[in-house]
Amino acid sequence: MIDIGLGNYLTLGAVIFSIGIIGIFLNRKNIIVILMSIELILLAVNINLVSFSMYLGDLTGQVFTLFILTVAAAEAAIGLAIIVVYYRNSGTIRVEEIDKLKG
Amino acid sequence: MIAHAIFFYVFSIIAVVSAVMVTVSKNTVHSVFFLILDFISISCLFIMIGAEFLGMIMLIVYVGAVAVLFLFVVMMLNVAQQKNQWFISKENSNHIPIGLLISVIIFFELIIVIGGWKYKPDLFDEGNLLIVNDISNTHSLGMVLYTDYIHIFQISGMILLIAMIGAIVLTFRQREGVKKQSYLKQISRERAEGVEVVEVASNRGVKLDD
Repeated sequence: MIDIGLGNYLTLGAVIFSIGIIGIFLNRKNIIVILMSIELILLAVNINLVSFSMYLGDLTGQVFTLFILTVAAAEAAIGLAIIVVYYRNSGTIRVEEIDKLKG
Repeated sequence: MIAHAIFFYVFSIIAVVSAVMVTVSKNTVHSVFFLILDFISISCLFIMIGAEFLGMIMLIVYVGAVAVLFLFVVMMLNVAQQKNQWFISKENSNHIPIGLLISVIIFFELIIVIGGWKYKPDLFDEGNLLIVNDISNTHSLGMVLYTDYIHIFQISGMILLIAMIGAIVLTFRQREGVKKQSYLKQISRERAEGVEVVEVASNRGVKLDD
């Protein structure tokens, strides 16, 4: 309990990852919250990479965390642009009402 | 050691609670605020564990750029006050218990994997980039980022450029009825279409634009 090891950080990453998954599955509001849940999932992956990197003494994990950060920023920008365009075209971004693809 | 444990638990509890609040919060603006709180506490954890460069970069990129972008879009689209319908759906609501079940299963699978893992015996070989404690974290990241990982680094720059171009192309629209200056039209104007030489008769004048 007092000894904070790699397992604690990995558990924190697993908890945040699962909360992100729940946020994607159970969302009834709008797509922006789903994008935020994706950011949470990427954050959990970053926690895993950084904690492995620090506890194993290998710098590669931190380098790849940097690249994940880049991809996350690009993904948020593109996703929000798509949401803005969709809202301009159809006037809603509620999850239930987005059914143009009839999927 | 005790201080480390206390700080870890404080920051991780704040992170988990704010992650839950991102998901269940009624107001989307509040969700963005809790997302910012989550990022800040996780970056505090990164700084505490020794990855201070990544912690600072995370503050700059996530809190300074991504969360503010979310906030912009939420306020621009006027969806902040939409009434929450969490767990209440008009029709087919049978995917909610299944989604919860799958999420809980994923969580317990991750916990089982974390509890039962072992080091690979030949994990530490010479090819690894071992962390040297003589130099700072930022220094050592800079040493490998621009030498060993230079191609990936440049590709990530290209990804950012393409994302910027894509966002501009997606949200750009040509509106009707807006007067604009067209440089091409201005500089490609010829003398023939701009000047007209008129023969003016004496005592009678000339009438143009009839």
